[in-house]
Amino acid sequence: MTAIHLYALAGVGLFTLGLHALIVHAHLLRKILAVNVMGSGVFLLLVALARRTGEALPDAVPQAMVLTGIVVAIAATALALVLILQLAAETGRATLPDDRRESR
Amino acid sequence: MTPSDYLTACLLIVGAVFFLAGTLGLLRFPDVYTRLHALTKADNVGLGLMIAGLAVQATSWAVLGKLLLIWVLVLLAGASVAQLIARGALHRGVRWWRR
Amino acid sequence: MAALSSLAWLIDGLLVVGLLWLAWRALSCRDLFTAIVLFIAFGLLMALAWVRLEAPDIALAEAAIGAGLTGALLLAALARLQSADADEVITERGAGRWWSTSPLPWLAVSAIAVGMGYVVMSLPAAAPGLSHEVATHLAASGVGNPVTAVLLNFRGYDTLLELMVLLLALLGVWSLGGMPLHIDTHPSPVLDTLSRQLLPVLILVAAYLLWAGADAPGGAFQAGAVLGAAGVLLLLAGWRLRTGLTRLPLRLALIVGPVTFVIVAAVTLLVEGQLLAFPTEHAGLLILIVETAAMLSIGATLAALFMGGHPDNQQVHR
Repeated sequence: MTAIHLYALAGVGLFTLGLHALIVHAHLLRKILAVNVMGSGVFLLLVALARRTGEALPDAVPQAMVLTGIVVAIAATALALVLILQLAAETGRATLPDDRRESR
Repeated sequence: MTPSDYLTACLLIVGAVFFLAGTLGLLRFPDVYTRLHALTKADNVGLGLMIAGLAVQATSWAVLGKLLLIWVLVLLAGASVAQLIARGALHRGVRWWRR
Repeated sequence: MAALSSLAWLIDGLLVVGLLWLAWRALSCRDLFTAIVLFIAFGLLMALAWVRLEAPDIALAEAAIGAGLTGALLLAALARLQSADADEVITERGAGRWWSTSPLPWLAVSAIAVGMGYVVMSLPAAAPGLSHEVATHLAASGVGNPVTAVLLNFRGYDTLLELMVLLLALLGVWSLGGMPLHIDTHPSPVLDTLSRQLLPVLILVAAYLLWAGADAPGGAFQAGAVLGAAGVLLLLAGWRLRTGLTRLPLRLALIVGPVTFVIVAAVTLLVEGQLLAFPTEHAGLLILIVETAAMLSIGATLAALFMGGHPDNQQVHR
């Protein structure tokens, strides 16, 4: 098991943590955090796999894809945050209507 | 390991010790203001020592200039952010610790 | 060498443990503000991980965009949620549907993790990927940094579409109506002075990152992120765009990147017969032109995304 495997498994672990938080939490801001953590896990996996070139320079194509991914992730996060704020302004709560406790 | 490598190693380790001291202050001090005090002061000294250690290894004046610029910027940012956090805490009425 | 590799294992191991622990704490923390701050720290540790994986361009972008700007966006959204007095906005954690308190999600997610881990470990340990092709064509690409070459020459179409995606996100944010950006009644003189002194330095650093990105880690996205951070700093210090500049000049700044890229693509289509096929002798210059325009657009778009609404629709609450 090399350092590359360590980082790749760390990427899998981050993706798993994010997925669990995405499923379990109802608050939309926490869901956004969870999606961002999932994205970071995927990026870590991609760049770790790009490092498998041995002594040569790492593979630049996955690194460029991850760079694109980081920028797209912040754009999507910004749009999602504005959507959450609009939802909170309309309904008074930052959760989806399905996710509220049945007692309410 | 040349003498300059030993000097770099010593400066980096001492800088790390200062960072550790700052983090210890962050964890152990009783309120926001004392924590900011410990963190900012210790981290600035630690960063200065680390930059000095790296400056010994610098290969050209341009690299040295960039290292000094980094140190000045982090100093500026650290001091300003500490003041802003303390000001915000004061406005929110966070009381300071009394013995 | 054995001692050195065990030290490297120690660093990598501590970094990975730190990443996983920070992510878990950020996602399971009761207080949302603490969660966001932990997420910012997580982003900074990710930048260290990128350096360990020999991806310095991604480290620069992660520190600026992933940790800094995303953290600023999240904190601004949290502040707006808190001030909107939304009912039970902050303390609600979990307790949505029936599965939130059962072990079922953990079982399902663990199964996925085990499956993915098995796939990862069974991949070949040495795979050159596309590094040979990139290395052989790097001299003809016009730049020396392979990541810049891939982003702006070999996979230029992806970058063109990415600039469009940024613009689309901003259009979405603007079309949803303006959210008031709250500022202090008395902005701190420290913040004011800091933003004034830092702005020229930030512009200089952005220009340096853009120029150095041709042969060293850097490039348009990192430079654009620094410009976006400068814009965010100015917005926090209370600066607003003059009313005369919020219509055409702002829109020009936002679209100059994608439009320049599209014009270059059209020119190459007409001259070379193939979309975005840069001729070798002009490739460096074309890449520099596209990168400069992209840097301006990315910086303006990121600052506008932080503002959260069109400047004309901003009602500033003091």
